[in-house]
Amino acid sequence: MNQTIGQTRPTSLLYLDGVSVSFDGFKALNALSFVIEPGELRAIIGPNGAGKTTMMDIITGKTRPDEGQVFFKGEIDLTKKDEAEIASLGIGRKFQKPTVFESHTVWDNLELALNRKRGVFPTLFYRLTAEDRARIEEILVTIRMSSRRDDLAANLSHGQKQWLEIGMLLAQEPELLLVDEPVAGMTDAETAETAILLKEIARTRSVVVVEHDMGFIRELGVKVTCLAEGAVLAEGSIDFVSSDPKVIENYLGR
Amino acid sequence: MITSFLMRSFDRSILIAVAILVGLAMLVPALNLLTAPDHPLHVPTYLVSLFGKYLTYALLALALDLVWGFCGILSLGHAAFFALGGYAMGMYLMRQIGARGSYGNPLLPDFMVFLNWKELPWFWHGFDMFWFAALMVVLVPGLLAFVFGWFAFRSRVNGVYLSIITQAMTYALLLAFFRNDMGFGGNNGLTDFKDILGFNIQADGTRAALFAASALMLALCLILSSAIVRSKYGKVLVAVRDAESRTRFLGYRVEHIKLFAFTVSAMMAGIAGALYVPQVGIINPGEFEPGNSIEVVIWTAVGGRGTLIGPIVGAILVNGGKSIFTAAFPEFWLFALGGLFVLVTLFLPKGVVGTAGAYLARRRAQRKAQADQMPDNLAAEPMAAE
Repeated sequence: MNQTIGQTRPTSLLYLDGVSVSFDGFKALNALSFVIEPGELRAIIGPNGAGKTTMMDIITGKTRPDEGQVFFKGEIDLTKKDEAEIASLGIGRKFQKPTVFESHTVWDNLELALNRKRGVFPTLFYRLTAEDRARIEEILVTIRMSSRRDDLAANLSHGQKQWLEIGMLLAQEPELLLVDEPVAGMTDAETAETAILLKEIARTRSVVVVEHDMGFIRELGVKVTCLAEGAVLAEGSIDFVSSDPKVIENYLGR
Repeated sequence: MITSFLMRSFDRSILIAVAILVGLAMLVPALNLLTAPDHPLHVPTYLVSLFGKYLTYALLALALDLVWGFCGILSLGHAAFFALGGYAMGMYLMRQIGARGSYGNPLLPDFMVFLNWKELPWFWHGFDMFWFAALMVVLVPGLLAFVFGWFAFRSRVNGVYLSIITQAMTYALLLAFFRNDMGFGGNNGLTDFKDILGFNIQADGTRAALFAASALMLALCLILSSAIVRSKYGKVLVAVRDAESRTRFLGYRVEHIKLFAFTVSAMMAGIAGALYVPQVGIINPGEFEPGNSIEVVIWTAVGGRGTLIGPIVGAILVNGGKSIFTAAFPEFWLFALGGLFVLVTLFLPKGVVGTAGAYLARRRAQRKAQADQMPDNLAAEPMAAE
């Protein structure tokens, strides 16, 4: 398997090969390997403790793997970089719990996320240009929040915070978006809207969605990877994966 | 670029505060110097110096608020930067004494002669020049904050752990400055100052000028802080306070963001200390006392952290209260201070200024809602008059 995966590395957007990490003897990831192609929308499922969040921590530089390779765009070694560097390379991450800047307005949240120079002095002397203004307006339309631009993020509903956070990731202009349980705690209508939003986003960039909600994944209609005990259990279409006896035993059956 | 950066700092409350400070800087010296002592509006010199001291405390509280109120870094060691600035100024004032000391040594301060030192330690050189001392007033605290912050923020020391190591820092400096062989006058510190820039430090005119300098410096630092807080950098500071890892995953180098604010804040604290020392006439290791730094936190909390005017109001209120209280019931002051902190935390979490600001905003919103509900003909009237 490693050999076939090795050949895909130069053309892949994200490439993980044999990644393992353990915490106090517990093996959170166990030789995990998979590849995301440019422009792909991928769903990742798996039981609690399967290593989904740890995988995101490794890709975004929060955790260093004990062994294995992680490459972005075929040649950038992500295991050597920290969170800020990886974010500026073009990998955005949405947390499980919606995390926005509560004491800032919706507009300011997006302005802060905008893909501009992030040093102390560039931000100190930053002035909002017409181009940046237009970009923020555009994102407000995409996430359907134009009318709430001047509201504090603290006053948004749970679902709106999730969308604002997705909007912030868009402002970051990433090539790869990692989205952790975007519809947890959402109403059915909000879930359906979110699926449309993510498909819209995936037209221009790659998106990896970790989710428990099988209905939502079916709505996305994309290739699914099922993780269990820190490794890939099955990969393929939702029907293929959900009929796999190993997946049923480990995850769906429970 | 710089002008647009500074212009942004002016909103109404900052403008009013700056106007009041500049007004005080002119009015108080005038009332002190130009009126006869029996005139009803005469401000006695001891009050000028007392309020001058409050203004330096206000500057220290403003400096703390920049890191605590806006970036969530609860420094419990800010009095150390204040004291270092004070020592730099004290060294200049010691060198100005010259041969007028008790031992009449033209080069060595009295305490060095007493310790039988034969020559000036290397780090005392240059402090006979005011510009050099003034530079050290900002550079020494700034450098300490930079080095300390570099290691602390890079290792992601946060929250209560950071507060504890800042306490340890100021305590370590307290112990160090107590030692005679450190070369800063040990237990007694630096005192018996004679003049500053050639003017007698006891003279009414000099005291009034020091008051004016404190007020103007506070106004200047207020403008600078406001410009920082209102820039995009200021928004990043608040973002770090509210959701540090979100900020990091957006691609900001949180450690650099914190380090800049911490260093600027320490420099402001140093300036405050330098203005404090000539007005109280002494600097000794007691200024490094861990309790002092905690008091600064209380001033800031009482006034309202996260507002720029709050810490200024808080420092003046609490210290004014302290001056009155310690004269009337000296043994109860610490209980009153502790009680005040508990009460403010429980009932005025935004402090005096923050609560007042929220009240005003609510009233404005109510009035706006009422205006919106008014019948059309009434609302249209002012337009017709035009």
